[in-house]
Amino acid sequence: MTALTLVAHQFRFDQKVFWRNPASVFFTVMFPVILLLIFATVFGDETVDVNGGIETTTYYVPAIITLSVISATMQTLAMSLVIAREDGRLKRGRGTPMPSWVFIAGRIGNSIVVALIMMALIATLGRVFYGVDIPWDRLPAIVVTLVIGAAAFCCLGIALTAAIPSQDAAAPIVNAMLLPLYFLSGVFIPSDQLPSGVIHFADAFPVRHFFEAFFNAYVPATGGGAGVEWGHLAIVAGWGLAGLLLAARYFRWTPRGG
Amino acid sequence: MADAVISIRGLRKAYGDFEAVRGIDLDVERGEVFAFLGPNGAGKTTTVEILEGYRKRSGGEVSVLGEDPQHAGREWRERVGSVLQSCRLDPYLTVRESLALFAGYYSRPRPVEEVIALVGLEDKVDARAGGLSGGQQRRLDVGMALIGDPELLFLDEPTTGFDPSARRAAWDVIAGLRDLGVTVFLTTHYMDEAQRLADRLAIISRGEVVARGTPEDLGDRESRPATISYRGSEGEVRVRTTTPTRTLHELTGRALEDGVDLEGLEVTRPSLEDIYLELTSEAAE
Repeated sequence: MTALTLVAHQFRFDQKVFWRNPASVFFTVMFPVILLLIFATVFGDETVDVNGGIETTTYYVPAIITLSVISATMQTLAMSLVIAREDGRLKRGRGTPMPSWVFIAGRIGNSIVVALIMMALIATLGRVFYGVDIPWDRLPAIVVTLVIGAAAFCCLGIALTAAIPSQDAAAPIVNAMLLPLYFLSGVFIPSDQLPSGVIHFADAFPVRHFFEAFFNAYVPATGGGAGVEWGHLAIVAGWGLAGLLLAARYFRWTPRGG
Repeated sequence: MADAVISIRGLRKAYGDFEAVRGIDLDVERGEVFAFLGPNGAGKTTTVEILEGYRKRSGGEVSVLGEDPQHAGREWRERVGSVLQSCRLDPYLTVRESLALFAGYYSRPRPVEEVIALVGLEDKVDARAGGLSGGQQRRLDVGMALIGDPELLFLDEPTTGFDPSARRAAWDVIAGLRDLGVTVFLTTHYMDEAQRLADRLAIISRGEVVARGTPEDLGDRESRPATISYRGSEGEVRVRTTTPTRTLHELTGRALEDGVDLEGLEVTRPSLEDIYLELTSEAAE
């Protein structure tokens, strides 16, 4: 069996598990949709002073896609890997002839596919309910941005598992890191309303850079170029690489508790 | 030994200052069910995890299916199945899916339907693992270890915490493996489990093997003192003797001469459980 067949095999089952798990479906799929509906309803008639002034709904569609991608990758991976580790399933899998990296590869594939599905879902809802145009001509830039971001946040999620001691600690630790960054990076609150000091602070972290890259790829008002923000993406990729190195050094397959 | 599937010489494992395994020698032959019996904390899981390749040893020689598990690769893992002491299966996959997932990890898997029958889960094929009872989950776990058609199966405390009927069902599955020709290395702290399933067993206490043999002759049961008891004129009489035949002859001879009957005459050997408790407490001193 080729390596690709093995990964496809693992991926098929990881997909089943993802869609059957009520927690992952709610937090990764339903929660972003609910956020979009709430933000669009509450702030729907306003404009955001970004890129020469755009409607709030146009702002929130790429913002919520950004959140969905991070949730499908970093959050989903960190949680599901810690649960599998503490349940003993990672250790169990290591006793089989399957190369260890296939377990991780299957889950990364699962995360990236869910991220793409979420982008399609949020973009469609934005178009149907709020008339936010889907920038078809920039699709290559959008997909490149999403895949680089998704891969980087996958690496960060895998690295983060090393800092999570138990299943119960997984959700609090992941949320304690990401929720403040969503606020500070302009995902929840439009960035024209945030003090510049806050934005500078957020610039130190990958959420802000991924959001900027994705936003500028998605909202045509920025104009010019193919829409790929290589500068921001390089910083995101750098974080991903650091995550990969940390994961390679500190990731563990055996339960930490009990 | 020509056909030793597992061969251990002077195995040692230390965690810091604590020596969990202190020089074990063992041989397990092809096709037998070997039980590694001992109280909690005796070093059973440490030993089995060294044999499975999960842990590195501190000293000694280990050969499992002709290879050192510490350096064994994929080919070796194709031939070995392991059931860990504690592993929660994925609750969202059905019995059939869990087995199909693992079947994909092996190059020559056993058919899924066949394994379902082996572990007696025909009625639960499409039930999710999360909805199975503890005993059923463990049988599914055994099935996932059998799916690769292994020559050697490790079972680390397969029935701990089970109710009697679940234990019996698990025992039937394990007893059935003998017919498949699978060599089984089983750890347990239940005397009756070892007695019921094992061809041979070793008792481990505080990191050392304190007795070994078949369940029948374990711990030199034959040479341990037997107890002869009967009711004499002054009440219950109990005689401990290492030569029961001679002692019995003398007793009955005297009784016949005196023309009395030895009421309730009985010769008893210590049960395996008596021996086990004696051995593991001796070592604890």
